Amino acid sequence: MSITKKDVLHAADLARLELTAEEQDLYTEQLSRILNYVEKLSELDTTGIAPTTYTVPLKTVMRADESRPSLPHEEALSNAPDSDKDCFKVPRIIE
Amino acid sequence: MKYETVIGLEVHAQLLTESKLFCACSTKFGSGPNTQVCPVCLGLPGVLPVLNGKSVEFAVKMALAVNCSVNAKSVFARKNYFYPDLPKGYQISQYTEPLAERGYLDIDTNGGKRIGITRIHMEEDAGKLLHGEGPEDSGSSFVDLNRAGVPLIEIVSEPDMRSADEAQAYLKSLRDIIVYLEICSGNMEEGSFRCDANVSIRPVGAEKLGTKAELKNMNSFKFVKEAIEYEVERQIDVVESGGKVVQETRLFDSAKGITASMRSKEEAHDYRYFPDPDLLPLVVSDDLIEGQRKTLPELPEAKRTRFIKDYSIPAYDAGVLTASRDLANYYEEVVKATNEPKVSSNWVMGELLRLLKEDARDVRDCAVTPASIAGLIEMIKNGGISGKMAKEVFEAMYKTGKTPQEIVKSTGMAQISNEDELSRIIDDVITRNPDNFARYKAGRVQLFGFFVGETMKATKGQANPQVINKLLKEKLDK
Repeated sequence: MSITKKDVLHAADLARLELTAEEQDLYTEQLSRILNYVEKLSELDTTGIAPTTYTVPLKTVMRADESRPSLPHEEALSNAPDSDKDCFKVPRIIE
Repeated sequence: MKYETVIGLEVHAQLLTESKLFCACSTKFGSGPNTQVCPVCLGLPGVLPVLNGKSVEFAVKMALAVNCSVNAKSVFARKNYFYPDLPKGYQISQYTEPLAERGYLDIDTNGGKRIGITRIHMEEDAGKLLHGEGPEDSGSSFVDLNRAGVPLIEIVSEPDMRSADEAQAYLKSLRDIIVYLEICSGNMEEGSFRCDANVSIRPVGAEKLGTKAELKNMNSFKFVKEAIEYEVERQIDVVESGGKVVQETRLFDSAKGITASMRSKEEAHDYRYFPDPDLLPLVVSDDLIEGQRKTLPELPEAKRTRFIKDYSIPAYDAGVLTASRDLANYYEEVVKATNEPKVSSNWVMGELLRLLKEDARDVRDCAVTPASIAGLIEMIKNGGISGKMAKEVFEAMYKTGKTPQEIVKSTGMAQISNEDELSRIIDDVITRNPDNFARYKAGRVQLFGFFVGETMKATKGQANPQVINKLLKEKLDK
């Protein structure tokens, strides 16, 4: 299996990455190699075997529905590049 | 050409838990922006989500109420997309292995219909975007993450609805159930109960589904209906004029009554779901399921049917009275005391609900007890007060919370039914109006009403009308 430059551009777009022309070529080639390597796995016959989503035979734990104090408001916003009106401030999102 | 409408609904309901789905922040509505946030729901590095057990119980309860089978194992998955209301860059949801599947709900339009429910899954809500009003804010949006991480269930229907009315009936029925279960407030305006509609059309008789548009931003039952009706017309116009319906998200504009294409995040409907490595599979035990099944209350549809059958009240009354569990319980207590289902319904549905509605109050915060209403009905029945007085007494009961007996006593409003007393009063009225009496005797029988009125006046409206009628007839016609 190989991927095209179009796939790379799509993935880059989803990840909000801007790639130079050289990077596009480089990643197309590198990602194809990686995928071809992983492709080896399909040589195995996995008919009738459930997908291994988790490798440990555990189930999720659940906590009691109790609320605890949240972060102090100022601290919550302290890492924000920009904030105003008690909110995180971001470039305008047009609906 | 004739077209058939095909509608499927996706409903999001906020669960009434105290804390969020994966962290212990409060879910309280209306707090100051970003005061109910922590490293987990802010998406800070190095944190791990821990599932809220109550939200699982609530989701299971809903699944059972709409006849779904609950999967013994389900898996949380990451739905990846970038949007400022989603701090982690992904929403934790469920995808290929949801909590519950294959249910149904019966609606009662056109003699009844069964709407399939494809699946119910659990997910976390996103934050809220605010857009500043002032000119200095024109280039910015503001993010409040209090809502980020609040537990939701998403209920996905089959494309089984064929009209806006059916969609509305399904949605109402779903809301009634969810509110009865006390797992969601059902408030559409506040957004704790939200609905997206997938709408398409196809030529009548066609098997293949048409291309659908997904409608959003309909925050009332009325808007859901209006939006779907508009969209169906629009799609028919597109097809009739030789065009093609495109798959897209459209926002309903309630001011204009139209749907408009929302292009923003259309391009990349590629969420790259994958199992969330931070969360192990959710295993729901039979004990949990059976435990929840035992707590299921009588559901609205069953209650409605029982009210019609057991109390012989009209379907309309039964529908109004079962709109909430509290109201239904209230009504049943009144009936238990009076044994008069229809009269009780008239009072609860008519007077009580009217006053509550005027004050935008809930029956739960009502000062009038069921026993008081029963007492009032009893007083009317035995002639203690007239129906007209009863309404005044009732308003006083509503305002003060006093019993009807107390009010009648303190206002002297008791009805005069005593025949001897009324007889004396009527004699007096006749004596004072010899002319009209003579005219009546000469054949002006319309003057009967004049004498009723005078007697009422003389008793300040407290005379029992039936007794007056009877006595006047005797005296005037003898």
